[in-house]
Formats: sequence, C-alpha cells, structure tokens
Amino acid sequence: MFDSITLGQYYQTDSVLHRLDPRVKLVGTFAYLISLFVVDSLPGYLLAALFLAVMIKLSNVPFRYIVRGMKTILFLLIITVCFNLFLTPGEVIWEFWIFKMTREGLNFAIKMAIRLSLLILGSSIMTLTTTPTQLTDALESLMRPLKKVRVPVHEIAMMMSIALRFIPILMEETDKIMKAQIARGADFESRNLIKKIKSMVPLLVPLFISAFRRANDLAMAMEARCYRGGEGRTKMKPLVYSSKDRVAYLILLLFFAACIAMRILF
Amino acid sequence: MAIKVDDISYLYERDTAMQVRALDHVSVEIPDNQFIGLIGHTGSGKSTFVQTLNGLLKVTEGHIYYNGEDIDGEKFDKKKLRSDVGLVFQYPEHQLFEVDVLSDVCYGPKNLGMSDEEAKKVALEALESVKMPKALYKSSPFDLSGGQKRRAAIAGVLAMKPRMLILDEPTAGLDPRGRDEILGLIAEMKRALNMTIILVSHSMDDVARYVDRIMVMGGGKLLYDDEPVKVFRHVRELEELGLSAPQVTYIMTLLKERGLDVNTDVLNVKDAAAEILAHRRELHV
Ligand SMILES: Nc1ncnc2c1ncn2[C@@H]1O[C@H](COP(=O)(O)OP(=O)(O)O)[C@@H](O)[C@H]1O
Ligand SMILES: [Mg+2]
Repeated sequence: MFDSITLGQYYQTDSVLHRLDPRVKLVGTFAYLISLFVVDSLPGYLLAALFLAVMIKLSNVPFRYIVRGMKTILFLLIITVCFNLFLTPGEVIWEFWIFKMTREGLNFAIKMAIRLSLLILGSSIMTLTTTPTQLTDALESLMRPLKKVRVPVHEIAMMMSIALRFIPILMEETDKIMKAQIARGADFESRNLIKKIKSMVPLLVPLFISAFRRANDLAMAMEARCYRGGEGRTKMKPLVYSSKDRVAYLILLLFFAACIAMRILF
Repeated sequence: MAIKVDDISYLYERDTAMQVRALDHVSVEIPDNQFIGLIGHTGSGKSTFVQTLNGLLKVTEGHIYYNGEDIDGEKFDKKKLRSDVGLVFQYPEHQLFEVDVLSDVCYGPKNLGMSDEEAKKVALEALESVKMPKALYKSSPFDLSGGQKRRAAIAGVLAMKPRMLILDEPTAGLDPRGRDEILGLIAEMKRALNMTIILVSHSMDDVARYVDRIMVMGGGKLLYDDEPVKVFRHVRELEELGLSAPQVTYIMTLLKERGLDVNTDVLNVKDAAAEILAHRRELHV
C-alpha cells in the first residue's frame, strides 16, 4: 500500500556512492545545497544539473525509481511555482480575473522550480545511497566538536537513528493493521470527511498501542544490555576515510569552486 | 460457493532491486465445506496467498474466480467478497481497538451496514462460538489474556458471517495449551458452522489431526495438494522444505525402513499403535 513512497528511502545496490564514507556524502549534500544558492544563472544551473546527473549515474539507482519518488512532492512544487508566479509584484505580462502574472514572478518561479527540483533530487541521492545508520554515524562524527559545549551529540544521534529505524517498521505495521481492518469491512477510501476521520480510529488506536509497546520493548532491551549513553562507547564499524573519500572531497571542492566562479563570471 | 485460483503470481516491490516473487504460478480450486491446511516454511508465501483470496492483494499475474466471477473484474463487489471470505490475520489481537470486547466484535457487522441491534445479535453469537466467557464481554480488549484476545479477534471476523474462514497462523505465539484450545475451537466451529476453513500453519502436527486436505507451499509454489496421508508419504521431501511430518508418521516410516511392513498412512497415536500391534508377529522374527 505504501509502494509509492520511495522518496528518500535507502535503495540497496552496489555503487561508488554507496561505498563512500557517509561523512563525505553528508558534507557533499550540504555543499551541493549551498551551491544551488550560490549559482544564480542559467549556465550555473546547467553545471549543477550536470553534476547531479553524474551523481545519479554513479549511484546505480534506476532513474525511474528516483523520479517515482519525486511524484510525491510534485504537488508542493506546483504550489510554490504558482505562488511565485502570481504573487511577485512587477511588470504584468498576463492577467486573468484576480491573477496577475509578472515578468519578475515568471523569472523567479522558473528559478525556484529548478532550484527546488535539484535540491530534492540532490538530497534524495544521499538518502538513497546511505543507510539511516550510516547517516546518523556520520552526523555524530561530524558534530563531535559540539560535545565541548555540552551538546548531547551521542544522544541526539541515537534518537535520530531510532526514529529513522522505526519509520519502515511503523509503515509496515500501518499496512498490516489497515489490511486487517479492511478485511473487517473498513473503508479507508471514503470521500466523506467525517467518515474518513472516523475510519482512522480503528487504525490509529492499534498503531499507537503498538508503537508504545515497541518503544517499551526497545528501552528494556537496551537497558538489559547495559546501555547508558555514549560515554566510552566504541563502534563496530568505525568511520575511516580512505583514498577514494579524499578524492571525493577534492571533486566536491572543485565543483564548489566552479560554482563560485560561475557566480562571479555570469 | 467456490474459489478458483488460476495461475496466479504475486510480486512485492515490483521493478526494483528488491523484487520478490512471493507467489509463483499457483493454481488451485477451493470447493465448499472443506477443512484445508495450508502449510509452508516461513517466507513460502502463505500469507501472501491468503491475502490474494479476498482481494486484499491484487495478483500480479493470473486470475481468481469467485463463483465464476473474476474478482478483479470492473463490476465485482469486493466488499461482498471480503465479508464472504473472512480473513483472520496473524496476531489478530493487534487489530483490537474498541472500548470493550462486544463493541469491537460489532465493528465488522456495522461496516457491512447492519443496524446496532443486528450487529449486537451476530456479535453475541460470534462470541459464543469462540467460547468467550460472558463476564468479559464488557471488559476492555486490552485487559484480556493472550488467548482470549485472539478469540475476541476471531469473533470479530466470525461476526461478519463469512462463508469461508481463513486463519493465518492462529496458534503463533501461544503456549501449548492455548494452541490446543484454539485448534480445538476451530475444529468445533467447522462442525457447527459448516463453512470452508483454511488453516495456515507451519506445523504439520497442528493441522494433521483436523483437516481434510493439505496444501504445501514452498518458495511461492504449491508443491503438494492432497489428502493428509498422501502428503505425509513425502516425509523426506517435506524435510528438505524445512517442514516435518507428524511424529507418528516418522515412527511408522522408520519401522518400514527397518523392514517392518506397516502401513505408514496413519495420523494419530491410537491408529499407529493398532497398526504396530497388528504386525506383532513380524516383530519377533
Ligand atoms: N510487504 C512486503 N514487502 C516485500 N516483501 C514481502 C512483503 N511481505 C512478504 N514479503 C516477502 O514475500 C515472501 C512471502 O512472504 P509471506 O507470504 O509473508 O510468507 P509466509 O506467510 O509463508 O511466511 C517472503 O520472501 C517475504 O520476504
Ligand atoms: Mg505469514
């Protein structure tokens, strides 16, 4: 039932990107997001799109799969574009009833659409090639300096990884309970709003109960294995940079420099 | 009422690297009033198969006909199918949600459009069929014991008056006593209510005593489909599938392999004992 939600879900396969240190991917994604706001011209966007295309190619994730995930947020994209299109003040080029499309709005909307699409694609490349565990490991490692100012880095990372780990579990659970209630004649597709809300009760009550039960079990299991925070904890798979990670950092640096150059040139 | 399954396949995560062929060209016919055991190792596709039977999962290839009508046809009434083919999921107690047991059992009948009184009437009948103690009708479903919760959940499906009842591993997670109680209950329901029952299990010992017919699944395929005694003749092949025959079958098969000419087609200890005693003479040789 949740087959359509592929946005940002880890895609299991083997590729250079999958094997890269997650810290590189995290830093890289941030750099890419910033670069999207650094470049501000058509050639700049072309460069960013080209970079992304190469990354998609390298990731070995079928393009069709990535695009299918995009569908979920198409709606958001359209709304944003419409808002920019009609609500930016400036020279009016097209008018209908109360809607005024302006030249500035058009420019801005196109830019916004390109930016948003690249932004979403760019960050989903990271989550498609990195498991949630690797991601939180990377985050913990990158945030380590913050420990000095008493930020509970380990706890934050642990909470994040548990939350991420539970998303597919809860999704599966929702699917199961939904099916069980449909088998008892439930109708989750009703158009009637009140009916729709009412039909959620038989889904949400068991879901919450099961979430609490799982949380309880997990807490118990962690305590039984003497978990008591990050103090002195070691990792089974410590993150170590290899030569290909250094090459990746270099490529990122070059890309970022190119983006800044673009900004200055165009 | 009969279901005809015609060459169906089901794929999970279609068109991705994780694609799984959970059902692989399964064909079978399910007539009225039969008690069927569906056996297979974990992951063999049992749950997937039973979910296709009442239209919860849409088959990827092939067709399912209910009384001659294709269930994926445009005009087919799926809601009717779901009330006719009751499906009790694995761990059904996880679907309970109402404030008390009786209201929870009323949920299904009400969804079918019954009035409050009608729903209550069928719910009471269903609770009686599953032998729920009357004192518990008004208690919260979450306060019941594991076995009682499961019975409440089974009653919830039974109250929809299905003509065919499918139970997906109804004994999972119960202690031996709870298991025997549930199985005894199902056998009794079969006798009293005269419906088709499909009992899904991964344990032969669970079903051997009760059912008329056994279907064995492995790797998404239907491997055997026959009377229990005939299926148990394939003891060695069943073992390779990670299944086992009932314990008496083992004793009889071993005796036969050691040269005692007994009939291995027995299903319970009593018959086995009689069969061995009948060959007492040979034993002394
Ligand atoms: N929701 C799902 N998504 C992906 N694969 C699944 C899903 N449910 C089951 N499978 C896979 O389908 C196969 C059959 O599963 P299932 O029908 O649950 O078997 P059984 O009930 O016999 O244990 C297994 O390989 C399982 O991993
Ligand atoms: Mg199963």
